[in-house]
Amino acid sequence: MQQKPILLTILDILSIIAIGIATYFALFLAPTELVMGEVQRVFYFHVGTGWVALLGFIIASIAGILYLITKNMTWDRFGLAAVEVSAMFFLITIVLGSIWARPAWNTWWTWDVRLTTAAITELIFIAYFMLRAGIEDPEKRARFGAIYTILGGLSAPITFMVIRLFRSIHPVVVGNPSAEAQGGFDMTVDMRNTLFIALIAFTILFVDFIWHRVRLGGLQEKVEQLKLKTLGE
Amino acid sequence: MANKKTINTVTADHRPPSAVVGQPSFIKATLAIIHKDLAAEFRSRELLTAMLTFSVLVILIFNFALDLNIDVRQKVTAGVLWTTFAFAGTLGLNRSMAVEKDRGCMDGLLLAPVDRSAIFFGKAISNLAFMLIVEAIVLPLYAFFYNETRIFKLEFIAVLLLGSIGYISVGTILSAMSVQTRTRELLLPILLFPIVVPVLIASVLASGAIINDMSLPQIMTPLNLLIVYDIIFIAVSFMFFDFIVEE
Amino acid sequence: MIQVTKLTKRFGLKTILRGLDFQVQPGEFVALLGPNGAGKTTFLRILSSLSRPTLGKVIVAGHALPNESSQVRAKLGVVSHLPLLYPELTAEENLQFYARMYGITNYQSRITEVLQLIGLENRRKDLVRTFSRGMSQRLAIGRAILHQPQVILFDEPYTGLDQDASEMLDEVLKEIASHGRTVVMTSHDLIRAEALATRFDVLSRGVITASINKNDLKNNLMDFYKQALAN
Repeated sequence: MQQKPILLTILDILSIIAIGIATYFALFLAPTELVMGEVQRVFYFHVGTGWVALLGFIIASIAGILYLITKNMTWDRFGLAAVEVSAMFFLITIVLGSIWARPAWNTWWTWDVRLTTAAITELIFIAYFMLRAGIEDPEKRARFGAIYTILGGLSAPITFMVIRLFRSIHPVVVGNPSAEAQGGFDMTVDMRNTLFIALIAFTILFVDFIWHRVRLGGLQEKVEQLKLKTLGE
Repeated sequence: MANKKTINTVTADHRPPSAVVGQPSFIKATLAIIHKDLAAEFRSRELLTAMLTFSVLVILIFNFALDLNIDVRQKVTAGVLWTTFAFAGTLGLNRSMAVEKDRGCMDGLLLAPVDRSAIFFGKAISNLAFMLIVEAIVLPLYAFFYNETRIFKLEFIAVLLLGSIGYISVGTILSAMSVQTRTRELLLPILLFPIVVPVLIASVLASGAIINDMSLPQIMTPLNLLIVYDIIFIAVSFMFFDFIVEE
Repeated sequence: MIQVTKLTKRFGLKTILRGLDFQVQPGEFVALLGPNGAGKTTFLRILSSLSRPTLGKVIVAGHALPNESSQVRAKLGVVSHLPLLYPELTAEENLQFYARMYGITNYQSRITEVLQLIGLENRRKDLVRTFSRGMSQRLAIGRAILHQPQVILFDEPYTGLDQDASEMLDEVLKEIASHGRTVVMTSHDLIRAEALATRFDVLSRGVITASINKNDLKNNLMDFYKQALAN
């Protein structure tokens, strides 16, 4: 039986601590935003989860390319892990965004660039899961999954650019705030620090999740192998 | 070896080979597939009839769902047409690939000594031809129903062509994928639409801007994205087709 | 003509072929026998370049697979249990299409020859949709031999055929095999296999477990087959 690596256990503990610190900073240390008040605190986790969701999406496409080149099933497990974790974080990002948007924009949902692209990306993920579910042969499943993540990875940036042609109301917080954006705010140093702590915390958590999922995939395969050995022969 | 049977009946196969066998050129193989697809379709007309009837039904439904009076039409003509073509297109893509899969014809294509990409281009161009035929019939019908002649602008038709190319290139490889899954036809729109969203939005924006006589940047910005998408996805589909049909 | 060494094919975790060795000399007609799920179809798909070997060496008609698959395909005819024909095209149009895909020049006369051989000359203008199972199967064979392949692979050609159709197919197969062509055929039908083939190989659990020439066959094929499976 494969032992859980010590490094992974350390990473587990580290993730819990990091998320704890980030929560503490977001809820207690960061100053209350003047216009929006307490609800603005959701922003730190919103950006944190959004960042790792995007990271997962990119990693999935890269894993897809690497799978097609090497035909090594580890990359398939990696890609699947990235998509699953990314899908979860995208969902959290959207929900957190809605909580913020309700007081800020006076609506739960708006067809803004980022929101719409995030929603379409979620649909790409759902399609990816359905595609995988429809294929028996693991090799073919890996191959088609890899191709689909690459296609998704190529089309999502174009989707983003096309939707941007419609007017966006999503605030651009870091960098140039757009004139049309509503609910934008200037960040103080404390806010900025809190945001970066949240980003780091979620990145650690993300790596931890991916690692667990890849390992789980490996164990699943081992179980299948043992099943075939005992039942088949 | 031990296979010297004597058969008295002299048949045609005893004659020296009457035909020269070689590997057909890329273009010849592509043309053969297109010719085959069009010949079969013009005989049965199954695919085109289904796509056309469906298109007319969708436009009919839009008429009542959106109450397409003059004011509304000004804004939504491009959207209605593109939605119609996108949905009708999946019917054609599914059918065109199912024909290859059902009787093992895809194996027949793969067994021929031709480049895999010739098979992709053959299928993609046939699919594009079906799509364009449907568009060529639906556009005048739409103009007739709604007295909407602005859609006959050359620029509008150019955008339609560019959009169809992007849609079909992705649609062809995704249909080659979905036909090999358990859920088959059911899966194609779910796989296709999230990937092809940029084509639909860019086409709607560009063609909407054209028929409403908007400024050149409002036409060119989405159009440029559409062209970028077309180039990327033709290249990628071409590269990936091999991976999709191999075993 | 066909040389296979230590061929292994895995689908994910399932191993279908396990280090299979197989040789066929030019002009041999090999019947590949074996129970369902032994890997016969998978093996033929690898020989026909439709499926890639996981491990091992496969040489067909002097070319290695999968690297030189294009050269192999030009010299190979395949008949599977699916007809590989387009129902909305006529017999002639189907053959024309495949002739173009194989780069055959002046294919019209060759098509006439093939249609005569398979006895479908009077149906050349009819849609394949209207054909019976036996006629489709004969046309499928016509399609496979159109480009005068050196090697022909048959996967269960008798599946779904009635008595008459099977007998007609016998004639066509005998005719094809009698011109020095190399044939590999999988079949469940031991009686038909015995009548046609010059060699019998038994494929079981992913390897060839027994092989015998027709001349060396002491009793009937059934006994040999049962014994091969029992071992």
